[in-house]
Amino acid sequence: MDWRRKHVLGLSDFRPEEIEFVVDTARSMEEVLTRDIKKVPALRGKTVVNLFFEPSTRTRTSFEIAGKRLSADVVNFSSSVSSQSKGETLLDTARNIEAMRPSILVIRHNASGAVQFLSRHLSCSIINAGDGSNEHPTQALLDLYTILKSKGKVAGLKIAIVGDILHSRVARSNLHCLGKLGATLWLCGPATLLPREMARTGATLTNDIREAVRDADVVIMLRIQLERQKSAYFPSIREYSLKYGLNKDIFALAKEDAVIMHPGPINRGVEISNDLADCSRSLILDQVNSGVAVRMALLYLLAGGAQ
Amino acid sequence: MRKTGEKIILDGKGVERVLTRLTHEILEKNRGASDIVLVGVALGGVPLSEAIRRNIKMIEGVDVPAGFVDITLYRDDLGKSGYQTRLKRTEVPFSIDDKRVVLVDDVLYTGRTIRAAMDALMDLGRPKNIQLAVLIDRGHRELPIRADYVGRNVPTSRTEEVKVRVEGAPEDWKVVLNEGAPEKGE
Repeated sequence: MDWRRKHVLGLSDFRPEEIEFVVDTARSMEEVLTRDIKKVPALRGKTVVNLFFEPSTRTRTSFEIAGKRLSADVVNFSSSVSSQSKGETLLDTARNIEAMRPSILVIRHNASGAVQFLSRHLSCSIINAGDGSNEHPTQALLDLYTILKSKGKVAGLKIAIVGDILHSRVARSNLHCLGKLGATLWLCGPATLLPREMARTGATLTNDIREAVRDADVVIMLRIQLERQKSAYFPSIREYSLKYGLNKDIFALAKEDAVIMHPGPINRGVEISNDLADCSRSLILDQVNSGVAVRMALLYLLAGGAQ
Repeated sequence: MRKTGEKIILDGKGVERVLTRLTHEILEKNRGASDIVLVGVALGGVPLSEAIRRNIKMIEGVDVPAGFVDITLYRDDLGKSGYQTRLKRTEVPFSIDDKRVVLVDDVLYTGRTIRAAMDALMDLGRPKNIQLAVLIDRGHRELPIRADYVGRNVPTSRTEEVKVRVEGAPEDWKVVLNEGAPEKGE
């Protein structure tokens, strides 16, 4: 197949072969990153604008490096220094940026659907870098890439996602991505943070972390998103940590060669214990490493797409 | 009416003879195999460069390093088609610094692929020199590029298509000229 998609807004409508195409492209990009000169001229003359209405270090830096490795001009725009604070609407801000003729906009926004909304009103390519609690497709793709590098496959693996499922765009994108490739998914969290309708995706829901982790090949821990907790979803951080934090005893229930992942930033001692976060079976930094190759792949693919 | 004939330019034996001669020319010009590395242009140049490597091993008893480059990220027409094709791999697991790099491709046409391949090589190191070996030179250059070693000069029109089939066993390799094929880049 050839790549004809203009935007990457979410993985819910991706076909498995498109996901595989991105992974394959990322493998070629990873080779570029092993060279002394880590730069290719593919996106010369293209401009990538990182339009972030929500704080981010990892994702924004990752996109910035990815764009620069491909020779694109990369411009960062964050809402704290923008006209948003002067009352400009989202659409006006985006239209102004678009008037400067970027090729690709990488957008993060705290409202679910904001990125889809902008894609309907702008003509350039758009990559969703996280919209509210909806989707974070590039994180899911880099998670997939990391799992494939470690395990060689995804189909048939038991993958547990533990934490604040309700607010997690990472969990939603991963459900689509890993589910389409045949993983057996388990979602785990306190009842208040584990919407029952998630069972429709084919995942198994549980409130017991031991059940989720038992015989798992991959355990993905999610960050407790304190900034999104508008009401009391659990009594205290300490109680959450005791019931849903990953520690050595619980991780011992997983398969012998199981690996731990986390989209970051991690709350050490809350969702994951210190020793586990830094142990040899933690792929947390491998995920960050994969992120650049995966985002290079997406920027490359969209830069050639239907303009 | 459009002609749709297919003419075989080289069969398996013919390709083998040409590659043997090219190998001898490479060894003659470089006075042996020292400092030579082979780099095939993916995909078509890869089996050819492997065949030349085997020939050098037979003639000189030397194993020269062989790798390949994908030139897609160096193309000058990225994004012009409205879609993106699948990337191929680059694998040059040795240093090309101060080496005589013999770039191997199947068909030399506009020269744009070779321009891109040279840029790709320069990103991998600083070779002593770059030489170009091609199985077929079909003319119609758009850049000032020529090959050092040419298997066969095949005068063509732009509407014709030269197909080099080098998959599978070497005895099944062949080069065919498809007349009346739609105009296409290299």
